[in-house]
Amino acid sequence: MAEKLASLWPEITLFIATCIVMVVGLSPSAAVRRTCGLISGVALAAAGILAIGTADQAKGLMPGLLPYAKAVIAFVGVLLTMLLTGVVDRFEEEAIEKGSAGFDPLRSTRGEFFAFFLFSMTGLMLCASADSLIWLFLALELTSLPTYVMVAMSSPRQKAKEAAVKYFFLGALGAAVFLYGFALLYGGTGSVHLAEIQTAIAAQAAEGSINPIALTGLVIALLGIAFKIAAVPMHFYAADVYQGAASPVAAMLAFVPKTAGFITIILLCAAVGWNHGPMGDQLPEIVRVTLWVMAALTMIVGNVLAWLQSSVKRMLAYSSVAHSGYMLVGVIAGPGDAFTSSGVAAVLFYLLAYGIMNTGAFAVVSALETRQAARTDTGELVHDEADDINAFRGLCRHNPVLGWSMVLCALSLLGFPLTLGFFGKLPLFTAGIDAGEIPLVVVLGINSAIAAFYYLRLVALPLFEHPGDEAEAYVESPNHGRRVVGVVAAGGVLVLTVLASPLMDAAFDASADAPLPVAESEPPGEQTASLD
Amino acid sequence: MLIVLLILLPLICAGLIVFNPKGQAKYIATGATLVSVVIGAIALIQFDFSQAALDQMVVKAPWVPALGLELSLAVDSVSLLLIALTVLLGPICVIGSFTAVKHDVKTYYAWLLVLQSAMIGVFAARDLVLFYICFEFTLIPMYILISLYGSANRKKAATKFFLYTFTGSVIALAGFVYVVWFHASLEGNSWTFDLAALGESARMMEPAQQGWILLALLSGFAVKVPLFPVHTWLPLAHTEAPTAGSVILAGVLLKLGTYGIYKFALPYAPEAVVEYAPLIGVLSVVGIVYAGLICWVQTDVKKLVAYSSVSHLGFCVLGLVAINSVGVAGSVMYMISHGFSTGALFLMIGMMYERYHTRSMREVGGLGSTMPVWSSFMVFFVMASVGLPGLNGFVSEIMCLMGTFQSYGWTGEGGAHPGGTLGVLGPWFAFFAGTGMIVAAMYLLIMTGKMVWGKYREPEGHHEHDELPTDLNAREIGLLIPLAAGCLIFGLYPKPLLNAIEAPVNETVAYYEGLVPVPELEAGMTTVANEGDHDTEHGEGDH
Repeated sequence: MAEKLASLWPEITLFIATCIVMVVGLSPSAAVRRTCGLISGVALAAAGILAIGTADQAKGLMPGLLPYAKAVIAFVGVLLTMLLTGVVDRFEEEAIEKGSAGFDPLRSTRGEFFAFFLFSMTGLMLCASADSLIWLFLALELTSLPTYVMVAMSSPRQKAKEAAVKYFFLGALGAAVFLYGFALLYGGTGSVHLAEIQTAIAAQAAEGSINPIALTGLVIALLGIAFKIAAVPMHFYAADVYQGAASPVAAMLAFVPKTAGFITIILLCAAVGWNHGPMGDQLPEIVRVTLWVMAALTMIVGNVLAWLQSSVKRMLAYSSVAHSGYMLVGVIAGPGDAFTSSGVAAVLFYLLAYGIMNTGAFAVVSALETRQAARTDTGELVHDEADDINAFRGLCRHNPVLGWSMVLCALSLLGFPLTLGFFGKLPLFTAGIDAGEIPLVVVLGINSAIAAFYYLRLVALPLFEHPGDEAEAYVESPNHGRRVVGVVAAGGVLVLTVLASPLMDAAFDASADAPLPVAESEPPGEQTASLD
Repeated sequence: MLIVLLILLPLICAGLIVFNPKGQAKYIATGATLVSVVIGAIALIQFDFSQAALDQMVVKAPWVPALGLELSLAVDSVSLLLIALTVLLGPICVIGSFTAVKHDVKTYYAWLLVLQSAMIGVFAARDLVLFYICFEFTLIPMYILISLYGSANRKKAATKFFLYTFTGSVIALAGFVYVVWFHASLEGNSWTFDLAALGESARMMEPAQQGWILLALLSGFAVKVPLFPVHTWLPLAHTEAPTAGSVILAGVLLKLGTYGIYKFALPYAPEAVVEYAPLIGVLSVVGIVYAGLICWVQTDVKKLVAYSSVSHLGFCVLGLVAINSVGVAGSVMYMISHGFSTGALFLMIGMMYERYHTRSMREVGGLGSTMPVWSSFMVFFVMASVGLPGLNGFVSEIMCLMGTFQSYGWTGEGGAHPGGTLGVLGPWFAFFAGTGMIVAAMYLLIMTGKMVWGKYREPEGHHEHDELPTDLNAREIGLLIPLAAGCLIFGLYPKPLLNAIEAPVNETVAYYEGLVPVPELEAGMTTVANEGDHDTEHGEGDH
C-alpha cells in the first residue's frame, strides 16, 4: 500500500490543492478568491515535477508511462488553467467590485469550477497509474464526471446546459459500455489486475486461442472508451458539446478525456499484447480489425465533417475526432524497438503535440468575444465567443499576436512541416508502415490532405482578408491569460521542434514497458542503433 | 558552408526587413539577393566539376536523432546549377517588383526571401525529411504572395495551388516513409533519411513495391511539374500571381517537380519506371499537345504563357522517362533553360501589364511602334521559347526529343544502331511530342503577331504610368539582359553546361543498364557505362 502511495504523490498534491481551492474560492476577500487559478497552476506544475521526481517509484503495467504521461498532463494542464481563469463569475465579480452587489457564497462558483478541474486532472493522472480494471474505471469516471458539471457551469447560455445534459447521458452510456466490457474481460481472464490479465491472456494464447469472452469484453470496452476519445461510432456528441461549452472548457474536453482514453486503450492493449496475429506482431485479429475500422472511419468522418463546418468550435471539435483517428493508427501499430517503429511512443508524443496546438487554437477562439455583452433568456449577462469563422477575418491585421498564434496552431494541427504537428505525425507514418498497416497509412495521408482544406481557412482568413463587420464586432477578452496561452502554444509548436529529439526519446522510454512482439525482438546491439 | 550561407542569408535578411522601416525593405531584399548571386558564383567556381556526380560542399549536423534525421546539405552539379538559377532569378524578381508592389511591402520582400531559402534548401537537401520540409515550405511564401499580391481571383488561385500540391506531397511522404522503412528493415532496423543510403535500398525492392513507390512519388511531383491531368492549378496560379511570383513559379518551383522525379523517382524505382514510362510518356505527350492547343485559343497573354509552361514541362518529363543519357541530360538542361526563357516572358508580360493594366490581347497590341525595346526583347524570348536554333530552348528540346526517339533501342534496319540507347519510349512519342513544337511555334508566333505587330491598340481610358516611361527603363532592361544573355549563351555554346551535368545524369541512367529488354542490346550498345565503376555495380546488382 505504502509503495503504491509513493508513486501517487502527484495525485495527492492535486487532491490537496483541490481541497484548498474549494475553500479559497469561498473567501469573502476578492483578492483571495482570485488565487484559485494560481493555486491550481502551481499544484499542477508541482505534480508534474513530482511525477518526474518519483519516476523510480512508478508501479503498474507500464511503469515507464507514468512520469511521461503525468508530466505532459501537468504541462498542458497549466496551459488549461490559464485558459480557464475568468470563465465563471465574471459579472458577479465585476458587480462586487463596483459595490452594486455583495459577496454571496451560494452564487460564487469559482472555487467549485477549479476544484472540478483539478479533480478531473487527478483522475487523468490516476488513469496512468492504474494497475487494475476497477482502478481504471474509477479513474476514468473521476476524469469525466467533473467535466459534465464544468460544461454546464462554463456559460450562462442555454446551449451550455443542453450540451452538459447531452454529454452526461452519452457519457453515462459510454461508461456503462466499457464497464460491461471490463466485466466480460474479468469473466474471460479471472482477474481485474492488468498484470494478471496479461499473464492469463498469454497463457490462453499459448494454448491456442484466447477466451472469446475476454476478447468480446475487450472489444466492447474499446467501443466504450471510444466515447472518451470521441472516436467513431461514439463521436456524435463532440461538436454539440464543444460548441455549447465555453472554449476554455472545450479545449479541456479535447485534451483531458482524450488523453485518459488513449492511456486506457494503451494499457488494455498492453495487457492483451501485440504478439498475436499470423506474424505474431499484432493485436488479436478481432481487436485489430475493430481498431482499424474505428481509426479509418474516425479519420474520414472527422475530417469530412470538419470541412463542412462554418463554426470554428464545431470545426475544431470534428478535427479533434480526426486527430483521435490518427492516434489510433499508432495504437494499432503497437510498440517497437525504436522510436520510429513504436506506434505507442508515437501516440504518446502526439498527445503532447496535440495538447499544445489544440489548446492554442482554442485559446485564440476564447480570447475573442463580442464587444457588447448580451443577455441570455434567463437574464444573465454574457459575452459570446468568436465562434463564427468570419470573426477571424483579418485577425493578423488588427490583432497580430492572436492572429499569428492562430495561424501557427492551425498549420501545426494540419501537420505542416517545421511545426510540432509534422513531427508528431511523421512517427505515426513510420510506425504504421513498420507494422505493415500500409492501407491505413494511406488513409492517414489522404486525411492529412483533407484536413488542409479546412485548416487552411484558419490560416487564410486571419492572414489575407480584411476584417469585415462581423470581425469588427469582436474584441479581445480582458482576460490576458488567454492571449498568453495562445502565444505559448504558438511558440511551443515552433520551439519544441528543436527539442523534439529528447521529447521523442522520453516518449519512447514511456512506451518501453509495452510488451514487445516476440517475433520482432532483435539482438540488443541493433535495437539501439538508431537511437544514437 | 557556402550552401548554408545561401540558405541563411535570405532568412536573416527577411528578419531584418520585418524589423526595419518599410522604405528599406526593397533595398535589403536587393542587397540580400545580389550578395546571394555573388555567393552562388563563388560556389560555382569552387565546385569541382571534374567530380560533378559527387556530393560536394557537404554539411552535416544532427537534428532529430530519435527519428534518424540529419541536417544534411550537399550539392552535385545538377543541384548546384539549379541553385544558381534560383539565386540568379532572386534579384530579378526583387528588382522587378519595385514599382509593381505598393502595399504590405515588408511582407512581400520578406516572404520572397524566405521562398528563395526554401528553394535552395530543396536542391541542397540530402536528408529526405529536410527535402520534404523545404519542398512543402515553398508553399507558404508562394501562397501568401499569390493571396496578398495577386489579381482579382487570387484567393481561389492560391487555395487551389496550396491544396493541389499539399495533397500530392502528403502521399509522396507516405511513399518516402515506406522507402525509409524498407531501408531500415534491410539494415537491422536502423532508421535513416539519408538520400544516398536510401537509394541503394530502394532499388532492391520488388517491382510491385517500386510501382507503388513510383505512384506515390509521382502524385507528389507530377502535381508540381504539372503533368497532365493534374495541371489545372497552374494556369490559375500563374495568371493571378504577381509578376515575381510567376517568374519564380515558372522559373524554379515547377522544376522542383521535375527535380523530384529526377532525384527520387528515377533512381529509387528504376524497374517501375521502365514499366510505366510509356504511360508517363503518354501523359507528357498529351500534356504537350493539349496544353499547346489550349494556348492557341487564349486571349489572356499571361494564361497563354502559363499553359505553354505546361506544354514545355511535358518535354522535360518526356526526356526524363526516356531514361537515356541524352534524354535525361536534355531534361536537366531544359529545367535550367526554361527558367530563363519563360521567366523572362512572365517578367515582360508583367512590365506590359504595369503600363496597360490588362493582359488581354484584344485590348492591347501592336506595341512594336510604341515600345520598340520591349518588343525586341519579346520577340527574342519568344524565339527562345519556341526553340529557334541558336537559342537555349532548341538545344534542350531537341535533346529531349532525341532521347525519346532513340530509346527503345532504336535499331533501324538490320540490328542495333551504334547510337541507339536504352529506353522504353520510341519514335512515336517523339513524333507526337514534335507536333507540340509546331503548335508551340504557332501559338507563340500568333501571340507575338498580335502583341508586337499590327495596329496599335490600347485599353480604353489608358493613361501613362506615373513612374514608368512608355518603353522600358534602364532598370527593366537591366533585368532582361542577364536572362537574354543566358538564352544566347546556352543556345550557342551549351557544351560546358552539358559537360557539367553529364556525370550525375550518367550515374542515374546507369541504374537502368540492362533493365530494358531490347533483344539486340549486345552489339554496339555503347551507352553510359563509361562513368560509374561502383555505381554501375549497384545498378547491376539489383536485378
